[in-house]
Amino acid sequence: MAIAHHPPTATGLDNVKLGFWTFIGSETLFFGSLISTYMVYKGASVAGPYPHDVLNIPLTSVSTFVLLMSSLAMVLALNAVQAGSRSGALVWLMAVVILGLGFLGFQAYEFTHFVHEGLTIKTNVFGSSFFVLTGFHGAHVSVGVLWLLTLWIQTLRGKIGKEDTLKVEIAGLYWHFVDVVWIVIFTLVYLIP
Amino acid sequence: MADNIASAGTSANGDLEGHGAAALYTDPRGLGATIWSWITTVDHKRIGIMYGTAALFFLLIGGIEALLMRIQLAVPENDFVGAETFNQLFTMHGTTMIFLVAMPMAVAFFNYIVPLQIGARDVAFPRLNALSFWIFLFGGLYLNSSFLFGAAPNASWVAYANLTSTQFSPGPNVDFWVIGLSIVGVSSLIGAINFITTIINLRAPGLTLMRLPLFTWMTFVTSWILATAIPVIAVALIFLAADRFFGTNFFVPIAGGDPILWQHLFWIFGHPEVYILILPSFGIISDVIPTFSRKPLFGYPVVVYAGILIGFIGWGVWSHHMFTSGLGPIADSFFVASTMIIAIPTGVKIFNWIGTMWGGSLRFTTAMLFAVGLVAIFTVGGLSGIMHASAPVDLQQHDSYFVVAHFHYTIVGGAMVGLFAGFYYWYPKVTGRLMSETLGKWHFWTFIIGFNLTFFPMHFAGLFGMPRRVFTYPAELGVSGYNMASTIGAFIFGLSSLLFIINLVRSCYKGVAAGANPWGAPSLEWSTSSPPPHYNFAEIPLVSSREPMWAAGALMDSHAPAEEPVMPSPSIWPILTALGINLTWILVMTRIWWVPLIGLALTAVFIYSWAFQPAFRD
Repeated sequence: MAIAHHPPTATGLDNVKLGFWTFIGSETLFFGSLISTYMVYKGASVAGPYPHDVLNIPLTSVSTFVLLMSSLAMVLALNAVQAGSRSGALVWLMAVVILGLGFLGFQAYEFTHFVHEGLTIKTNVFGSSFFVLTGFHGAHVSVGVLWLLTLWIQTLRGKIGKEDTLKVEIAGLYWHFVDVVWIVIFTLVYLIP
Repeated sequence: MADNIASAGTSANGDLEGHGAAALYTDPRGLGATIWSWITTVDHKRIGIMYGTAALFFLLIGGIEALLMRIQLAVPENDFVGAETFNQLFTMHGTTMIFLVAMPMAVAFFNYIVPLQIGARDVAFPRLNALSFWIFLFGGLYLNSSFLFGAAPNASWVAYANLTSTQFSPGPNVDFWVIGLSIVGVSSLIGAINFITTIINLRAPGLTLMRLPLFTWMTFVTSWILATAIPVIAVALIFLAADRFFGTNFFVPIAGGDPILWQHLFWIFGHPEVYILILPSFGIISDVIPTFSRKPLFGYPVVVYAGILIGFIGWGVWSHHMFTSGLGPIADSFFVASTMIIAIPTGVKIFNWIGTMWGGSLRFTTAMLFAVGLVAIFTVGGLSGIMHASAPVDLQQHDSYFVVAHFHYTIVGGAMVGLFAGFYYWYPKVTGRLMSETLGKWHFWTFIIGFNLTFFPMHFAGLFGMPRRVFTYPAELGVSGYNMASTIGAFIFGLSSLLFIINLVRSCYKGVAAGANPWGAPSLEWSTSSPPPHYNFAEIPLVSSREPMWAAGALMDSHAPAEEPVMPSPSIWPILTALGINLTWILVMTRIWWVPLIGLALTAVFIYSWAFQPAFRD
């Protein structure tokens, strides 16, 4: 097993976990810059549609709920892997994947709906900053879905057991981070008038 | 000292008899196998050598661009190159020297030296390390390939909006710039995460944070700045790319976009970036000066904290680049104050270096000359920096040659000079041979003369009203003499760099065999043989002080290991993944939305192949 060759680390923390936390730190600056730009450009558009013309708060509340529930499923998936329950891991990992896909489905619907309403990435600064921000978030969710699907297949093939908890934990770190970013986006972009 | 050299020399000389250093990394199985072993390598030392070599190659290109500009500016109303070529030259000179020379050259030292200084066998993520290098190399080559199409970037290295819009820059020039820089940024980010993890996690037992050599400390601080600043420029580049390729309105004033946003995002990254350039060199000379003063670094904790403080305050000064953009008196006052405050930790370091030399037994080797040179020249650049920290003064000096003089004194006179010191200091560790001191001293003095003759007159040319980024000037401006002096200086500078390259290559074959610790230096990299075995240390050292090699009874790690340490296996996936990432970005140039997806799919295949290849194979 590969892990046995690693000398013990100076802090006792796993290298991948520490590196991944650093990456998440870097990602906060990435989304921070995207969100700041959206806020700076709020009300700067010279032509419609404007945010309150198109944003559908009830619908997005549902998709936000779906994404938050996926985080709960992620916690339960990690718990199942830690407990050595293969069936539990399979159920909950798949639940995360399905809920993540559900969120992406809502986003795809929202994007096409906006285009029908006349709001594209080229229409105004609202369109530009909105689509780039939520688009990059959606891309992150998509990467997460692929990652978790890979873990699910690996679990199915018996390649992931109790001793690989860390692999699932790090995927979970990523998933929860992407979720937290969405909470900020939902609050600042949708809820604040 | 002589006995130290002699005792250290015995440990490694045996391996070197009759071999050039070039032979050290040659695979006995022939040329094809050798090339294969380099492109699949995950050894931090080989990656370090490749980073250094690539940076020197780009230095040559950037240097030629500088000389062409100096020929153009030698006399007033010159027509050696036209305005359009001149725009490409200064844009590529700035972009190349910062992103393809100064940064990767520092990363070359991070790679080679940091694992050795902390007593580790490699970095935390050896394959990611290879990925960083290949992304950087391909990105740099791609950026420079624009010259082949006669379409090199021409909107300056700061690429202010909305000069970069398709309306004002319709050609592919800015496309090359925005894509090339995005690619190189990815490489820096991956490297930063790798070195943060390495320095926190792979320190040898007993090597606490406050015992780390200063170079490792400054690598750590620099990596944090990179990890936090790169995402900001990434977002700026994404906006610019989206504006150019997908017709968004981020920097389009008519649609409500604000070009000043580019300046903010660029400089929020751009000012931390100057500390990314200078801190590694501060680290290098903080190791060099104690070695050649035969004294521990004066005020070690203060130097460490000053470096960390620079890292933090460096985040709060960016708008001093934007005093002329009309931010208003409150913002201006804040950034004047923060800019003056950041001079304090930098000044503190200057005094620490002087304090280290004070009463030491000084040896002026070439490495030490460059280290002391940094203290002197950087101080000049620091003082002119304090001058335009003041907003009213800056309004006079903004975009003039005074600013050009200032940042060359800090980036060349600071960052580059520190890197030169690093080359002379660590060359024997990398090759097992010393660089020629005679040629080195010729390099140093011709550099000092050439550098100052080039850049000191620019202060005056700027104060007399010569604007930067303009391809010529009228004789009536009264700056012709200063410009001629700068041009002569630039050629002396170019000559001195040639001496350096000759020294680098020649010493590889003709240099005096160095032994493990030729300088009698205090840190761990000198405890293993020169060059180190691929596993670095036969036994992971146990550290009990800040200067382990100066401690009584310090041992050379020169015996064969009890059993061959298991090292990470070579892998082809880093270079292929790098190709995939580059291809994805470059295909964006087609402006057809689905074409880059081909590159993306390829990249995904490579990443999966990588993920399922074990890092260690038995």
